[in-house]
Amino acid sequence: MAVHEHAYKPYAGPLTPVWSRFLIIPRHAYRDVFASKLYTALFALCFVCPLVMAILIYLHHNLTAMAALSISLKDIVPINGFFFQFFVGTQTFFAFVLTVLMGPPLISRDLANNALPLYLCRPFSRAEYVIGKMSVLLILISAITWIPGELLFLFQSYLEGAGWAASNLWIAGAVFVGSWTWILLLAMLSVTISAWVKWRLAASAALFGLFIISNAIGFMVNGVLQTRWGGLFNLTFIMKTIEDSLFRAPNSAGLPSWMVLPTSAAWIMLALFLAFCLFLLTRRVRAYEVVR
Amino acid sequence: MENAINSSVEPLASVAILSEGSDEPAKLAEPVIHLDGLSVQFGGRPILKELRGELRGRAIGLLGPNGAGKTTLIHTLLGFHPPSSGTAHIFGRDIRKEAKPIRTQIGYLPERDSFIANMTCVHFVRLMAELSGLPSEAALERAHEALFYVGLGEARYRQLGTYSLGMKQLAKLAQAIVHGPRLIFLDEPTNGLDPPARQRMIELVRQIRDSGKAHILLSSHLLRDVEECCEEILIIKDGSIAVYCNLEEERRANRKFLELETRGDREAFVEAIGSLGCEYALTSERRLKLVLQNDVDIRDLYQLAGAHKVQIRRLNFKRDSLEDIFLKAMESGNGDGNRAAGMREGGK
Repeated sequence: MAVHEHAYKPYAGPLTPVWSRFLIIPRHAYRDVFASKLYTALFALCFVCPLVMAILIYLHHNLTAMAALSISLKDIVPINGFFFQFFVGTQTFFAFVLTVLMGPPLISRDLANNALPLYLCRPFSRAEYVIGKMSVLLILISAITWIPGELLFLFQSYLEGAGWAASNLWIAGAVFVGSWTWILLLAMLSVTISAWVKWRLAASAALFGLFIISNAIGFMVNGVLQTRWGGLFNLTFIMKTIEDSLFRAPNSAGLPSWMVLPTSAAWIMLALFLAFCLFLLTRRVRAYEVVR
Repeated sequence: MENAINSSVEPLASVAILSEGSDEPAKLAEPVIHLDGLSVQFGGRPILKELRGELRGRAIGLLGPNGAGKTTLIHTLLGFHPPSSGTAHIFGRDIRKEAKPIRTQIGYLPERDSFIANMTCVHFVRLMAELSGLPSEAALERAHEALFYVGLGEARYRQLGTYSLGMKQLAKLAQAIVHGPRLIFLDEPTNGLDPPARQRMIELVRQIRDSGKAHILLSSHLLRDVEECCEEILIIKDGSIAVYCNLEEERRANRKFLELETRGDREAFVEAIGSLGCEYALTSERRLKLVLQNDVDIRDLYQLAGAHKVQIRRLNFKRDSLEDIFLKAMESGNGDGNRAAGMREGGK
């Protein structure tokens, strides 16, 4: 089918491995994303916090600089679990902003133009399609959360010594698991809303509103019923509970003890929420909707 | 008409050896599509009812009224809808068990508008090629080639959202052929096209058919499209196969039936025709119908007419048009045509 031949010709060349095809979607998506200066600037902004924290770690171990600043940085900003928890908290905020901006059109754009049959008539399953769409966020958010987090940990370990690394290895695990719980939640929420809400602005509002509304419902249930279980409806609260347990800082927000949720309940609720999102996705991501 | 339709119906297994235009004789033994009691239900309502048969043609037309199940059949073959019972095989692969390998060999042009807005056409076709398994560079190269092939070469860097309906159809065709499939499903490819665009689309379909590199399943409610492109037709009615017909065979068979309009004393002329072994019937004072023998040519008739000083004012090949066949199929009761049309489950 060469241009000059103008004849139909089958393809006889090599094919890409089946397992890697879901990565085609994020690759094409990033080309569009980084064509926008706004997104590129925002993405660059996401690295300010890791950069500042890397400088702080460096200053901690540079006695000359500490002396020149004439402040005791080790007392003001100790490098410990809280330092990394703060990092994860800050970066997940940026992750949320990126998700609100980039997530809504991921699937809705295909649904609006009936493009799903074109994906699914190829050797490309629904699961691969969803994973591919989620990967757009998974990869991007990973680049600003756990990857720089682990690099900071390695940097601190390098400067502080193997002893510190060994005794604080749990921090590396907490950064990894804490980041991934947020990444999964944001990506899953985003693609689910994108699959059900075609209008981009409404989808962004829905994603934003879900956290606010779930927060309000949680506190309302707690207030009216005088119980702590209302927190199970509060996504932010669930995530905070999980994060606190990972970073060994129970009730870091200083809530009354009767309001604190058991960590296991938070994990179970998160799993149920993700399963519900998956169910909604399977209902929606189909080549054609059958009208019964 | 009844006889004509019945004569047009061939057992599918025997049709295989009559298919033309193939440069893959070894593959002729393998049916393109084998329907093995394929049934599909939506919400308990049967949409396709135990379809059986084999299709081997280079270009197969899928006809039927709206709601007959044409698109559902294509979607089921693509794996979009699970069969409620039975199955189908494409190039010998079971659609229930080997959906992915099957889809590697299939191109699909959907009926409805399907594209990704905010994307240039070449980017879109390249993405589709990559999803079919082509490496990035090969996908880009073939995307350019496919777009030039369908006639969108000059417009390939334009956003798909700005395309006219005809251009969108061509873009859909480009994405359907970019990975060089062995079987292409075309679902109403000429929908909404103006005459020149329709002609262009039909021409492309015929070119692909004649290349011998791909089989085509063309679903349409436009009989003319099917007649111009296809050598076999499958008419579906109420979810069942109403008629299977090999158009090439039909054309060859109908070539033998002639209708003549004459002037002059024709008595000796018709006797001479009879002496050639041709059956004839005088339908009016000036008209006669005859069945031409294999060893008799049209030229012989003119020579006879000249010898008997008879003018042949009109000579028509009497043939059943696809429209006749289609209308007859629609009139033939409940559409349970698998048996009525004499089809049998081939190959098993």
